[in-house]
Amino acid sequence: MGSSSHASTGTLDKSRFANPFFTREGWLYFAILAVLILVVFPLTLDAFRLNNVGKYLTYAFVALGLVLCWGHSGILSLGQGIFFGLGGYCMAMFLKLEASSPENTAIQSTPGIPDFMDWNQITELPWFWAPFHSFGFTLIAIVAVPMILAFVIGFAMFTRRVGGVYFAIITQAIAAILTILIIGQQGYTGGVNGITDLRTLLGWNIRTSEAQFILYFVCAGLLLASLLLCRAVHVSKLGRLVIAIRDKEDRVRFSGYDVAAFKIFVFCFAAGIAAIGGALFTLQVGFMSPTFVGIVPSIEMVIFAAVGGRLSFFGAIYGTLLVNYAKSTFSETFPELWLFAMGGLFIAVVMAFPDGLAGLYHRHVRPHLAKIPGLFDRQSGRGRDVVAQPAE
Amino acid sequence: MNALPATEHAPKEFVLEVEALTVSFDGFKAVDDLSFYVDENEIRVIIGPNGAGKTTVLDLICGRTKASHGSIRFRDRELTRMKEHEIVHAGVGRKFQNPTIYEELTVFENLELSIPRGRTVFGALGFRRDQAVLDRIEEIAEFVFLKDHLKTPSAILSHGQKQWLEIGMLLIQDPSLMMLDEPVAGMSVGERVKTAELLNNIIKDRSVIVIEHDMKFVEDIAHRVTVLHQGKVLSEGSMEHVKNDPKVVEVYLGH
Ligand SMILES: Nc1ncnc2c1ncn2[C@@H]1O[C@H](COP(=O)(O)OP(=O)(O)OP(=O)(O)O)[C@@H](O)[C@H]1O
Ligand SMILES: [Mg+2]
Repeated sequence: MGSSSHASTGTLDKSRFANPFFTREGWLYFAILAVLILVVFPLTLDAFRLNNVGKYLTYAFVALGLVLCWGHSGILSLGQGIFFGLGGYCMAMFLKLEASSPENTAIQSTPGIPDFMDWNQITELPWFWAPFHSFGFTLIAIVAVPMILAFVIGFAMFTRRVGGVYFAIITQAIAAILTILIIGQQGYTGGVNGITDLRTLLGWNIRTSEAQFILYFVCAGLLLASLLLCRAVHVSKLGRLVIAIRDKEDRVRFSGYDVAAFKIFVFCFAAGIAAIGGALFTLQVGFMSPTFVGIVPSIEMVIFAAVGGRLSFFGAIYGTLLVNYAKSTFSETFPELWLFAMGGLFIAVVMAFPDGLAGLYHRHVRPHLAKIPGLFDRQSGRGRDVVAQPAE
Repeated sequence: MNALPATEHAPKEFVLEVEALTVSFDGFKAVDDLSFYVDENEIRVIIGPNGAGKTTVLDLICGRTKASHGSIRFRDRELTRMKEHEIVHAGVGRKFQNPTIYEELTVFENLELSIPRGRTVFGALGFRRDQAVLDRIEEIAEFVFLKDHLKTPSAILSHGQKQWLEIGMLLIQDPSLMMLDEPVAGMSVGERVKTAELLNNIIKDRSVIVIEHDMKFVEDIAHRVTVLHQGKVLSEGSMEHVKNDPKVVEVYLGH
């Protein structure tokens, strides 16, 4: 075609332009993480600590979603607690109904409904509670309810080209409104105390230490699965497209893409992942309350992702674990200082290390590791030959 | 194709018919009752002083700015009522005044994202990098002189190469109307010559609208030239014609 360039000498070598799901290096990171949370923690931590780590891992779901949504797509949501909380509430509603069987609640004026409803003079199970008798429905609702809300928010905002700071503020406002709503509608939601006193899952007592131990593995396993799912989205064309949208939205739009649709998808996806974390939180901790829905937890979750590295799925998980570990040790000793420490940490990370721990690793640690023959590359000494991508 | 009922302005079928196009920003008419027509396989160059409204005309055609009045017909479709991505699907491609490429991604990936396949959310999730994709990318990369840079992060390309890359990103969509806003800005003389050649090759199966300030380049490529001034057509015709038009000399070429 081009008259000034020499004729094509053959087709491109497909393998040179392959886009692997994980490089060898990526699988290595994945294996290290899997060993850490599936083997090292369960072997070294006592039941109480392990349950705590399990709780932190549920926040890591939110952080994973934020990497795609905020890090890759540039959509900063300060309201992920909404979706975490809704997922948690869906699970809590199922467990609460199971705990409120007519036999268990015989002393109430209306047996068979959750205790807090009875206290609030409600005499009939509200219509939107009824389907949560079904475990199948609950499993679907855990993901579907938050995703539908995310779709509505995303559709309203992104088709109107609302983005950036305005979007972040609106998500905050929605988180605040939802908290107020939950607290205000005490009879339907359990109010400020949330939904408590959850006991069994399909007859299985979730409060025993064996159950907690098993639930930890369910949580860790689902987190690893979610990581792979996020990775699959990231290596797809959609994953590259959202990075392009973040950097040059107009170019993407004028290449024939409906940009709003992609933003809505990513926002819904992050909401769905966050909701799975919320449901697992309820299972492991045994209650759900509005404290996990509002502004503060939503911002904390963004901090987890920021500290770990908002471009890195692995970073987000480590960041979540680390910040929460720091929070638990620090706030035991200086509870009143924790919020300041947290704020300071966030500012420090954003100002000095915008790519978080993952960025530090890639700049200062990885170059040394890369010199070890055969560690990251099958053939030693050969330079890295993968298509440039944001830090794993 | 059933186009407009033939009017005195449109005796034959044009690819693009811009009629009585007006847009005002807070009362300031950046484009004012503008009409022009582009033929099949034509290279039309729009020139004019800074702020004449050239970029705004492209913005209006590709849907980035909504017109206050007037119509833009592309083949038999009214573009003023369509969404941006629908206009692209209809066959209109546009290069921005500053090279607009995905700097985080490689040349290969930039071209790949521009391939008109997997344009929906689920299409993009299921998109596969198959041999047809590789072949197409190779073909276009060669055409825009970037075949040896496919793995290069596009951020480190020279300014001229970035311009070529963006042209390649349009070409890979095979638009029937290509609009290029100052494609040779920041290019060396050698690069300009290559770009002129490139445009003359592109033209075989499409129409091109080019905005340019470089007169030598305009002379090399233009079939017809439209001179804009204060949002209106000041003069139109062959390069020879507009060069000798006293109005053009006064407002534009004179200094
Ligand atoms: N979105 C906008 N809002 C307000 N004014 C605008 C907008 N876009 C363009 N203008 C104004 O319209 C006029 C025409 O601008 P335009 O960018 O089309 O000029 P141009 O011919 O492309 O100039 P140049 O050669 O400098 O690129 C300018 O005065 C500009 O300030
Ligand atoms: Mg301009």
